[in-house]
Amino acid sequence: MITRLLVANRGEIARRVFRTCRALGIETVAVFSDADDGAPHAAEADHAVRLPGARPADTYLSIEKIVEAARRGGADAVHPGYGFLSENAAFARAVLDAGLTWVGPDPAAIAAMGSKIEAKSLMAAAGVPTLPSLAVPAAAGAVGAAGDWPYPLLVKASAGGGGRGMRVVRTPGELGREIEAARREAEAAFGDGTVFVEPLLERARHIEVQILADAHGTVWALGERECSIQRRHQKVVEETPSPGVSPELRARLCEAAVRAARAIGYIGAGTVEFLVKDDTVAFLEMNTRLQVEHPVTECVHRVDLVELQLRIAEGEPLPPAPPEPGGHAIEVRLYAEDPARDWLPQSGVLHRFDVPGVDARFSPVTHGLRLDSGVEDGSEIGVHYDPMLAKVVAHGVNRADAARRLAAALARARVHGPVTNRDLLVAVLRHPSFLAGETHTGFLDEHAPAASPSGEYGLSALAAALAEAAANRAAATVQAGLPSGWRNVPSQPQRVSFQVDGGTGADVCAVAYRLTRDGLRADGFPGTVLVGATPGTVVLETSGVRRRFSVARHDGVTYVDSPLGAVRLTPLPRLPEPVETLAPGSLLAPMPGTVLRVEVKSGEPVAAGQVVVVLEAMKMEHRIIAPAGGTVAELNATPGRQVEAGAVLAVIEEEQA
Amino acid sequence: MSRLETSSGDYPARREAMLAKLAELEAEQAKAVAGGGEKYVERHRRRGKLLARERIELLLDPDSAFLELSPLAGWGSDFPVGASVVTGIGVVEGVECVIVANDPTVRGGASNPWTLRKTLRAADIALENRLPLVNLVESGGADLPTQKEIFIPGGRIFRDLTRLSAAGIPTIALVFGNSTAGGAYVPGMSDHVVMVRERAKVFLGGPPLVKMATGEEADDESLGGAEMHARVSGLADYLAADEHDALRIGRRIVRGLNWVKRGHAAGAARDPLYDEDELLGIVPEDLRIPFDPREVIARVVDGSVFDEFKPLYGASLVTGWARLHGYPVGILANARGVLFSEEAQKAAQFIQLANQARTPLIFLQNTTGYMVGQEYEQGGIIKHGAMMINAVSNSTVPHLTVVMGASYGAGNYGMCGRAYAPRFLFSWPSAKSAVMGPAQLAGVLSIVGRAAAQARGQVYDEEADAAMRAMVEAQIEAESLPFFLSGRLYDDGVIDPRDTRTVLGLCLSAVNSAPAPEPAGFGVFRM
Repeated sequence: MITRLLVANRGEIARRVFRTCRALGIETVAVFSDADDGAPHAAEADHAVRLPGARPADTYLSIEKIVEAARRGGADAVHPGYGFLSENAAFARAVLDAGLTWVGPDPAAIAAMGSKIEAKSLMAAAGVPTLPSLAVPAAAGAVGAAGDWPYPLLVKASAGGGGRGMRVVRTPGELGREIEAARREAEAAFGDGTVFVEPLLERARHIEVQILADAHGTVWALGERECSIQRRHQKVVEETPSPGVSPELRARLCEAAVRAARAIGYIGAGTVEFLVKDDTVAFLEMNTRLQVEHPVTECVHRVDLVELQLRIAEGEPLPPAPPEPGGHAIEVRLYAEDPARDWLPQSGVLHRFDVPGVDARFSPVTHGLRLDSGVEDGSEIGVHYDPMLAKVVAHGVNRADAARRLAAALARARVHGPVTNRDLLVAVLRHPSFLAGETHTGFLDEHAPAASPSGEYGLSALAAALAEAAANRAAATVQAGLPSGWRNVPSQPQRVSFQVDGGTGADVCAVAYRLTRDGLRADGFPGTVLVGATPGTVVLETSGVRRRFSVARHDGVTYVDSPLGAVRLTPLPRLPEPVETLAPGSLLAPMPGTVLRVEVKSGEPVAAGQVVVVLEAMKMEHRIIAPAGGTVAELNATPGRQVEAGAVLAVIEEEQA
Repeated sequence: MSRLETSSGDYPARREAMLAKLAELEAEQAKAVAGGGEKYVERHRRRGKLLARERIELLLDPDSAFLELSPLAGWGSDFPVGASVVTGIGVVEGVECVIVANDPTVRGGASNPWTLRKTLRAADIALENRLPLVNLVESGGADLPTQKEIFIPGGRIFRDLTRLSAAGIPTIALVFGNSTAGGAYVPGMSDHVVMVRERAKVFLGGPPLVKMATGEEADDESLGGAEMHARVSGLADYLAADEHDALRIGRRIVRGLNWVKRGHAAGAARDPLYDEDELLGIVPEDLRIPFDPREVIARVVDGSVFDEFKPLYGASLVTGWARLHGYPVGILANARGVLFSEEAQKAAQFIQLANQARTPLIFLQNTTGYMVGQEYEQGGIIKHGAMMINAVSNSTVPHLTVVMGASYGAGNYGMCGRAYAPRFLFSWPSAKSAVMGPAQLAGVLSIVGRAAAQARGQVYDEEADAAMRAMVEAQIEAESLPFFLSGRLYDDGVIDPRDTRTVLGLCLSAVNSAPAPEPAGFGVFRM
């Protein structure tokens, strides 16, 4: 019997496991890094143990510290969550050696599946369909036979997961460099730089099967999940059942998954991933842990996978057959990232996070909305960990129902703080191709959903200006009772300009309005009537339709939420300080980070597209590329140097034509 | 309780008449806003410069109020309406300031006699009410053909600046362009000076004058450029990169004043119970028809609450207490035009009471003057009128005057006309001020002429008399109208009656920037 469980993880998954523990009467122990001091997962656990440091390697990836934390916290079992040490056989072994219950498969099974290269051959031997692969020698530059492969290729980290260390290669010339980059990223992320190469199946579906196996020989296959919609090889939308899987295919996939589990004597929850294109089914990998996207399976099968994991770890048998599925569930991952700027992770304070109509948190829901979130109002989104804010899941009677519920909830959510992929997720969920079930791994590249705010943001900007006017009047220390912007000799309107950033970068929206005794006069909005304005709420009537705009201001950014969508506006100063203009050709750091490599020397000629500096930030490599050919006139980067966002890394003087 | 009947009677016609006058007012004010006209505005913009009112708008706190003063200055003269300068009261960084901005699109922003009077009036307001003065300077100097009207009295501009400073009222000059010769003393006499790079030119003598005077060859920049003044002469405290930067620095300077108002803070305010829109239909077009000023008061004061003083005595003058935008006020308002001995005494007592309570007074004028005739002369109307004028003259609390209708004869004085130095005086478009009504004045001239003819034994030319009367009547009528009087700076502006509460509230707030004055020496004389 487990009495006190440590979750060797953070964020929403730690909270997810704690929720089940509370239901089952199991005490909880959290671990938290210095960066997570005060984070919700640490705050809500019965016991919380600090892991000094902030870097993953010093904290959530430190086997020694976590086992010590379990000892100190009096835990008798450890749940690894996903990511971090969840698929680390040495960790599982250390937990077991410490005399604790390990909520997961046997270390041998983890090890067998931990190397993707080894896993593939194991599966092939068990009769599970796989793609051919080429192991790359450890020495840099030795790519040899890869020249014969059918491009495009995919470079993958053998120990990888979550898209890290994964690179698409379209021409033989890029292969060497990409292998090197993947190796470095894999080394940094997983401590193992082994990579391999396989053919890239484009426009395929990513389908995975949830399995659950007890120690008594029962293996369930809880249907499939489709996770085709990905960016940077990371899933963003997941659902079950898949619109592209027929009952026959489902039977095939489930049968293959069960065979895979049995082949390695698997016990616990796991996922077998496949790429499916037309009739081709190829084993990708097996994840020997709970998946991020497990909630969709929970909702459709009405099970608590964590509860089942715990019961299996306690040695209990599974019922002979899983519950029958019902309805359809879709999950989206809400990330603090800017889809318009190459998915650049965003950091900062999440001032407000509110998803309306949530029916359940961290637990299965039927015909409703589930939220699994690691953040709350005021959470700091740091640079050390994955910038996922939350998973939002809708369960409906069918796929269209679930998509509509989820899109509406996301569209109406208040997310004030760093830029997120919310608009993009809404656009996907409402995209005709998505609704038609035409999902594949190239979906986002192909449809490039307009993540820009819709043309209607003008009205939101007007509302923001009017709320600001109300705030200005409310804050007035003299002439407090006078009408807003009163003039006895009117000569011009009040003017406010906003930078609109909903994803596509900078778009300036100028608002001009006057509040007269006859009401609102706003340039470009001839029929718009101001029904009421306070600093937080503005009601506007346009063509006889009234709409309420909620306006919030945090750190110089104005957030407007309304039925027309959420808009993020940065008021521009009316009287800006004169700025030293940047030298033309300045290359700026896109985000705070560390200079990893400098690929040019001062005074050297560079070609357009050439990599100048490589920056490491949020565990990703960002290449700073020369936009045009020229000479390196200035170089302010040295490897290891910490740089702020906007720092000038180098100046390329363009060639004179 | 309002007894105003808005759906019948004279109300609709009165309202229409007032709206027509307001349309005229708007048209006249539009001339001031248009500045030097499209061509010069375009040229100014092409130089990358902001208009005077744009500079003001950017200087002010967003969404705060701005009361433009004397917008019709110069109306009816040879000079453009507005007198090539914009003045007013606005809030900068939470501080009420008097702002004076030259309009360089009007003849290069040159000063004419009306510009001078308007500028001096703004400085008076700054001094009396303790309001920091911000000058937005860009002027080509004096209008030379009228220099005789400007040069000698114009020296007061610079004296005012330093006297303000001596009184502890900061003066700030943001120099956007030319400020040469005498104009150089505007930044010269100001406490804080900002100059815009490559735009500000501040020198006593420009290159041609210097060449003539000393033979020296020098350019604009070395004689008076912003860079030179910031780095060499020290006349500029701040060098602004551009106009926006100058305004930004100007706001920062005001923020740094750590300004504290010395008067009373406003209490809680309540809107009037009656619609201010109805102020349009209260004043009859024919000013011989009286109207009840309580209808005006009910649409101007907080909660429409008016505590009448001596309601049963001297009923032609309404006196009483109220609050306006949270400030306590005493109000004197003419009810039936004529002031009798009782009204004069009632006013004198009320003004003394207001002084005892340190309460500002509001005068709502609609008076045809003090009563004439044997009975009244013998009853001491001059004595009693003198009491009232004495009280008004020596009252030390702030006075605000609104001319709603007639303002004739000594009634103009007793009811705190321009010569009695109210802190602010505004007119409604329905106002008329003169020594007497046009018809009466023409009639008096006719009677006097007839008597003179008779004395000389001549036959009085009736036809000529009729023509004379018509001409005089027309002239007096024209010269008693508000645009004409406003053009001569006899008020601080013609306002929309519906803005009365806002304007008075803004003025009461301004008035309270200065400390409440000390009371006069006697106890209140019972009248």
